[in-house]
Amino acid sequence: MKISYNWIKEYLDLNVKPADLAEKIERTSVEVDDVVKPSDGLKKLVVGHVLSIEAHPDSDHLHICQVDVGEDAPLQIVCGAPNIAEGQMVIVALPGSRIADNVKIKKSKMRGVPSAGMICSLQEIGFPEAVVPKEYADGIYVLPADAKPGDEVYDYLGMNDSLIDLDVTPNRGDMLSLYGTLHDLSAIYDLPVKFDQPAVKEAGEPIADQLSIHVDESLAPQYKMRLVKQVKLAPSPMWLQIRLWNAGYRPINNVVDITNYIMLKYGQPLHAFDYDKFAGEDVYVRNAKAGEKLTTLDEGEHDLDVNDIVIADDKAPIALAGVMGGLDTAIADGTTTVAIEAAVFEHDHIRKAAQRHNLHTDASQRFERGVNRTGLQDALDAAAQMMDELAGGTVQTGTVVAADNVPAPAVIDITMSRVNAVLGTDLNQAKVTHILETLGCDVTADGEKLTVTVPVRRNDIHIPADLLEEIARIYGYDELPATLPTGRMTMGELTTSQKLMRATRHSLEGLGLNQAISYALTTEDKAKMFLMQPSEVTKLAWPMSVDHAVLRMNVITGLLDDIAYNSARKVKDVALYEQGRVFYREDGTERPSEQEHIAGAITGTLLPTAWDAPAQPVDFYQVKGIVAAYLKDMAVNGDVTYVANTDMPEMHPGRTADILVHGHRIGFMGQIHPTIAKKFKIGATYVFELNLQAIIDMPKQENQYDVISRYPAITRDVAMLVDNDVTNDQIVELIEKRGGAFLQSVKLFDVYDGVKVPKGKKSLAYTLTFQDKHETLVDDVVTQAFEKVEKRLQDDLGAEIR
Amino acid sequence: MSLKDKLNELHERGLAEIKKSGDLKDVNQVRVSLLGKKGPITEVLRGMRDLDAEERPKVGAFANEIRDDLTAALAKRREELENAVLNAKLANEAIDVTLPGTPVAKGEPHVIQQIIDQIEDLFLGMGYQVLSGPEVEEDKYNFEMMNLPKNHPARDMQDTFYITKEILMRTQTSPMQARTLETHDFSKGPLKMISPGVVYRRDTDDPTHSHQFHQVEGLVIDKHITMADLKGTLQVLAHELFGDKFDVRLRPSYFPFTEPSVEADITCFNCGGKGCKVCKNTGWIEVLGAGMVHPNVLKMAGVDADVYGGFAFGVGPDRFAMLKYGVDDIRNFYLNDVRFLNQFTKKG
Repeated sequence: MKISYNWIKEYLDLNVKPADLAEKIERTSVEVDDVVKPSDGLKKLVVGHVLSIEAHPDSDHLHICQVDVGEDAPLQIVCGAPNIAEGQMVIVALPGSRIADNVKIKKSKMRGVPSAGMICSLQEIGFPEAVVPKEYADGIYVLPADAKPGDEVYDYLGMNDSLIDLDVTPNRGDMLSLYGTLHDLSAIYDLPVKFDQPAVKEAGEPIADQLSIHVDESLAPQYKMRLVKQVKLAPSPMWLQIRLWNAGYRPINNVVDITNYIMLKYGQPLHAFDYDKFAGEDVYVRNAKAGEKLTTLDEGEHDLDVNDIVIADDKAPIALAGVMGGLDTAIADGTTTVAIEAAVFEHDHIRKAAQRHNLHTDASQRFERGVNRTGLQDALDAAAQMMDELAGGTVQTGTVVAADNVPAPAVIDITMSRVNAVLGTDLNQAKVTHILETLGCDVTADGEKLTVTVPVRRNDIHIPADLLEEIARIYGYDELPATLPTGRMTMGELTTSQKLMRATRHSLEGLGLNQAISYALTTEDKAKMFLMQPSEVTKLAWPMSVDHAVLRMNVITGLLDDIAYNSARKVKDVALYEQGRVFYREDGTERPSEQEHIAGAITGTLLPTAWDAPAQPVDFYQVKGIVAAYLKDMAVNGDVTYVANTDMPEMHPGRTADILVHGHRIGFMGQIHPTIAKKFKIGATYVFELNLQAIIDMPKQENQYDVISRYPAITRDVAMLVDNDVTNDQIVELIEKRGGAFLQSVKLFDVYDGVKVPKGKKSLAYTLTFQDKHETLVDDVVTQAFEKVEKRLQDDLGAEIR
Repeated sequence: MSLKDKLNELHERGLAEIKKSGDLKDVNQVRVSLLGKKGPITEVLRGMRDLDAEERPKVGAFANEIRDDLTAALAKRREELENAVLNAKLANEAIDVTLPGTPVAKGEPHVIQQIIDQIEDLFLGMGYQVLSGPEVEEDKYNFEMMNLPKNHPARDMQDTFYITKEILMRTQTSPMQARTLETHDFSKGPLKMISPGVVYRRDTDDPTHSHQFHQVEGLVIDKHITMADLKGTLQVLAHELFGDKFDVRLRPSYFPFTEPSVEADITCFNCGGKGCKVCKNTGWIEVLGAGMVHPNVLKMAGVDADVYGGFAFGVGPDRFAMLKYGVDDIRNFYLNDVRFLNQFTKKG
């Protein structure tokens, strides 16, 4: 809602600049989007009198005009507007002027003819297309005949006003009008406002003889009409047009303009019908009937819903109540009798109708938020009075009041101690009472208890908390002290699972992975990949795009999307992890369960290539190292084992392992299947995904000091040839089992399966470290143990010791 | 020539030879030739037998003095030469210290995570719990218990991803207010919590909109919590995230679940409050919504609104990050371009 600074000043003796007023409104009432003075940025735009025009010799549409701009000699200006005519007062952009969008106008030649400036349309000097009167939409604007050549045009067009654009919150429907805003400003500045008192002159027949209205009061608790006859349609006077276009409305004709003007002033939407187009003298406010249709003012055709409220005559609906009037009964050339409607419609119906028909109008917006239930008669009278004064109409006697259920004002009790206890202030009773009174409330006191009667127009105030807001904002939020909560102490501590999640992130970052946050909504295809447990997909009922339509059931695909994004931008080395939730749903349930997961994806090289370190493309074992180090950080209490998994459809069948803790599968890792990589348009990528919730829930190994032996360790190396299908795990397990009491560690130091070993075989070499914690080991003991190991390797695994 | 003169001469000659010695081998030779068993000093000392008993100790002492001096000179020369050798060796080992260091594998927390962690740590220090709630929420918690009944105008269907009629992707972290209010035992102490998490809106992604973003909800309920406490708490938050120079102002606003409702602005960091394009010449930038918890919200969760009350606020870490680092496109946070992620490396 754009509100005019000058208009406000007509009612309120304000002594502040527009920008300061806007700031005050923003800090006390509602947000301000913008403060604009339409003439800002414009320069040297003056009234010109078109003395003569002649056709351009080399053009079929240009005219050469001699224009008096108040200087000694007229200016010659070439103009292409179709509506240019001798004698007009026009807007002239002089040489050196600035018009809209900071465009500079210079002397020039148009098809060889010198032109000293430009005759302007309203659009060219910054008016939005939507507010320019239709008759000037395609040409230059013609100023009133009494405009003085050479004068700046701004005042003639209301362009020196400042327009404050209010972004009214849904609860403050009362601010959608001049009067509502004035009420608030009156409280903010503690200044009185003198509102106009309409003085309608009734001269015609009694309206009751000409019109009866039948209202379903559950749909329209208030409904009134006045009738004005002998109306002469004409353009509105300039002052009215200015009010309208400055508020963002296109002037149309005096009758329609008056209804818009009254809405802006009082906040009460009015509708003007052409009474002569009613099929009879009866008007009905009712629900639409199945199959009824209506063509609205904007020429939109609507199939009406039985929940729509319509205004109807004896034959058919003539308006979609509270939203938009019908075309058939609209004010148009030839209209002489106007029925003016002022009503209140049930807001929920209006909201749904506006949504249903996609017609969000200024009227529907106001009815949705609630209008001033005590202001209908004033608005109606003021409109009738203006139709008399501006359109020569004869106001028929009386008002048809078909329904007039004005709600009782809210009466709210509040105590001073409550006010100060909630706001943290030390306000006295007189101050609080005064604030409430400036807002229009009646206040009676009983000790520290205040009984507050709230004006009906403030339909947002119902409970003590609402009054607290009023007191706080008018008192000023800047005046509130700033303190911290006191009272009983509370512990601020992360839970065990929150601590583990933080530790998870720190661990993986320390291991070289960047944290990613990807989209949890994805495609059905991707949601179903890399599944760690069977689950139904969960789909959005009404997604915005197919890319984000299904809840993820894995974290990896999001990371693969990230890698694809990087890869498409020539970033080839990417190492990411993500901690987030997956959504598993059981068949027959609506709501999925949420499980915390941790996943990683690495492509290219983990370490950036450098002058002293050759690029090492990421491989299975690098990622396994990361997973192992991470699990060690998490101190899961139990053996971590990696078991080849050849069956995951999205994974490389030969390079994938399930990750087990104490025999329970908590995740998997490996290389993604080349066909998946191709699908995502990425290179070889290694991934892991773990059920983080499982890790959180597992018992943990507490740190424990273990004495470091003072006695020397003895090492023995063993190299062996084994069949290809013998695994490292088998060998290590055997060595550990047979290595005796002093075997401290087994470390693989070489793997070879090249040309020097027989086909089907591989060579593995291990270092075994022996140590006694209590005395120096004797070589013989070690040799004995080592030989035992060698023998078992030969016997059990068919190893050939080398 | 007296013995003493002889010694003096030996001394001078010795010092000269030491000085002349060019390497460790020379030094060794000089030492042997001067001080060795067959060397001249030994010889001189042998000649002492011929001296008076009175003279003998004097010359002996003098000879020792000279021997000590030459020994010291030899040691000094040896050290000089050793240093020279070492220095030459080190000079040979010189490297270009401006070559880059060997890369180490190092990852960074996501910038949004950094902001969430910072907020969490601040509030943990003030005795708040950190709670996380479901991302798939019931309509009841997301809307109804937040004082947004089914036909409420502020509840725009367009903005919500519904799964079924009653199940939806949470549009805000506020349902955690209802969930914790429902379960909190006030006899054990006040409720002070923050709840960070992912939220979803039915929006088309563009530079300023994302269908997925983050929120941190804050809630404090006790017997004597004031709006001044809210203001003070938000001030602490702004100072923590942006710095002490930043001021907070409150403006009236509207949320169905708070009354009074406010929006909090902080000093524009682009212009420091003077007014610029970023803050539309106001000197202030809107950063969060807050208010005193609406009595209906307390009542619906079974809390006695006549006894208990307090404040709630909702912070958008995405917006904070955009403002703090001048990120011009919210989509950057979810596309995970590593060149973007690696820009936020400052710790502490």
